[in-house]
Amino acid sequence: MSIPVLELKEVAFAYPDGHQALFGVNLHIHQNERVALLGPNGAGKTTLVMHLNGILHSGHGSVSVAGLKIDPSDKKSLKEIRRRVGIVFQDPDDQLFMPTVREDVAFGPHNMGIRGDELTARVDEALTQVGMLEFADRAPHHLSFGQRRRVALATVLAMKPEILILDEPSSNLDPASRRELAEILRSLSITLLMVTHDLPYALELCPRSVILSGGVIVADASTIDILQNETLMNEQRLELPFGFDPAVAYKQLNKTI
Amino acid sequence: MAEELHEHGHQLGDHLYIHRHTSIHELAPHVKLVSAISFIFVAVFTPANFYLNFALYAALLFVVVMIARLPLSKVLSRMIVEIPFVLFAVIMPFVGPAPMIEIAGITVSEAGFNAGFGILAKGTIGVLTSIVLSATTPARDILMGLERLRVPSMLIQIATFMLRYSAVVTDELRRMKISRESRGFDATGPKQWGIIAQTAGALFIRSYERGERVHLAMMSRGYDGVLPAPTLPALPLSVWLQASLLPLLALVILIVRISL
Repeated sequence: MSIPVLELKEVAFAYPDGHQALFGVNLHIHQNERVALLGPNGAGKTTLVMHLNGILHSGHGSVSVAGLKIDPSDKKSLKEIRRRVGIVFQDPDDQLFMPTVREDVAFGPHNMGIRGDELTARVDEALTQVGMLEFADRAPHHLSFGQRRRVALATVLAMKPEILILDEPSSNLDPASRRELAEILRSLSITLLMVTHDLPYALELCPRSVILSGGVIVADASTIDILQNETLMNEQRLELPFGFDPAVAYKQLNKTI
Repeated sequence: MAEELHEHGHQLGDHLYIHRHTSIHELAPHVKLVSAISFIFVAVFTPANFYLNFALYAALLFVVVMIARLPLSKVLSRMIVEIPFVLFAVIMPFVGPAPMIEIAGITVSEAGFNAGFGILAKGTIGVLTSIVLSATTPARDILMGLERLRVPSMLIQIATFMLRYSAVVTDELRRMKISRESRGFDATGPKQWGIIAQTAGALFIRSYERGERVHLAMMSRGYDGVLPAPTLPALPLSVWLQASLLPLLALVILIVRISL
């Protein structure tokens, strides 16, 4: 089998105050896979995400991105890791800190040493992918929340990552923005890991799901199987929205694609 | 006026910016900054008793305001920030030391009068110049100009973040205020100061935490201490000459007055 885009081996982590969040996480994600990371609040999802680009590092276990192992003492490889792993954070106001959309999207590629026409081309391409090119010279604060989230996605796409990681991509979006974002995500041919509570969204976008609970991966299967496994769902405090039937949605999904 | 309605996306922290297409607006920001600062310097170095000089400086600025087609009413109303200094300047002639002189039938201290007039005149010129600068240059461009003038990048970064997040923090404060009032809070006197202080504290912590999250997001995209900024091109001498017209004219007026 090919080298996985993301490979976690026995990743464990305890915060300095002694609270242990991860107890040995194992996970493989291969190229062009779309995986949803599910789990109740406090399961350690965000902690895990921070391990994926070396922001947090436990010393126990290892994380490799397309064959490159994360080593926090090696600044140069860390920079390459952060190019390969694109994280879209939950609050776009945290991610968009430059005065204009264009400058913000250029921030990542600029840090990678890209300049001039190539930089402009990168920015234009990323903004086109999320349908925000016409807003390039706007200030982030003057965009709607949905637009800001799309720009946040573009800031990461501009770095041409190997894997895209989204933290609660559908949170706080109105239904139309939620659908638009899904369409954008589906149009990208990229490996994707999506942290979410939004189970219908996971079903719509990710054929595979893993459940993180109590700091370990407790389930790793196709999304439809997980959503239909009532015992597992109850155990993990995962609940479908009222009236949502995964079987019906799944049938519909296969019809439209 | 149709001109007031259109904009080209420079709206960030730019409630001071008045959009026009004039030679003053289009002047490169670093050139404009150097021009404005040197003009203020000339005014500050002018002795306070050169009364006519200050009138001429103000006239020069008036010409700039006209060229930039800034509405006079707006320029004047923005001068309100100067009021505390005006009050101070008005008191000085009455509390200054002897010798006393008589102006319009009122006995005032000569040194106090000159000092007061100096503060008032120099302050007014300084404030007016800043108003013209901020009304003709978007805040972002001023920062770019400062960067081009080699102001330490750390200061520029702090100012850039202030520009970006002032609206976010103000919004947060507004939401906290609404939530307070929705639960029957009414700030009427010192009894409520405790609650207001707690709001300020909560706002501080939230902003601090946001700062941390922003830093994380920056690190995730390879931040290494430098914010990319568009570089301003080197300009021909003619642009600098055009821009130095204002401080040069003021300097000539000063030199003429001294040599008289």
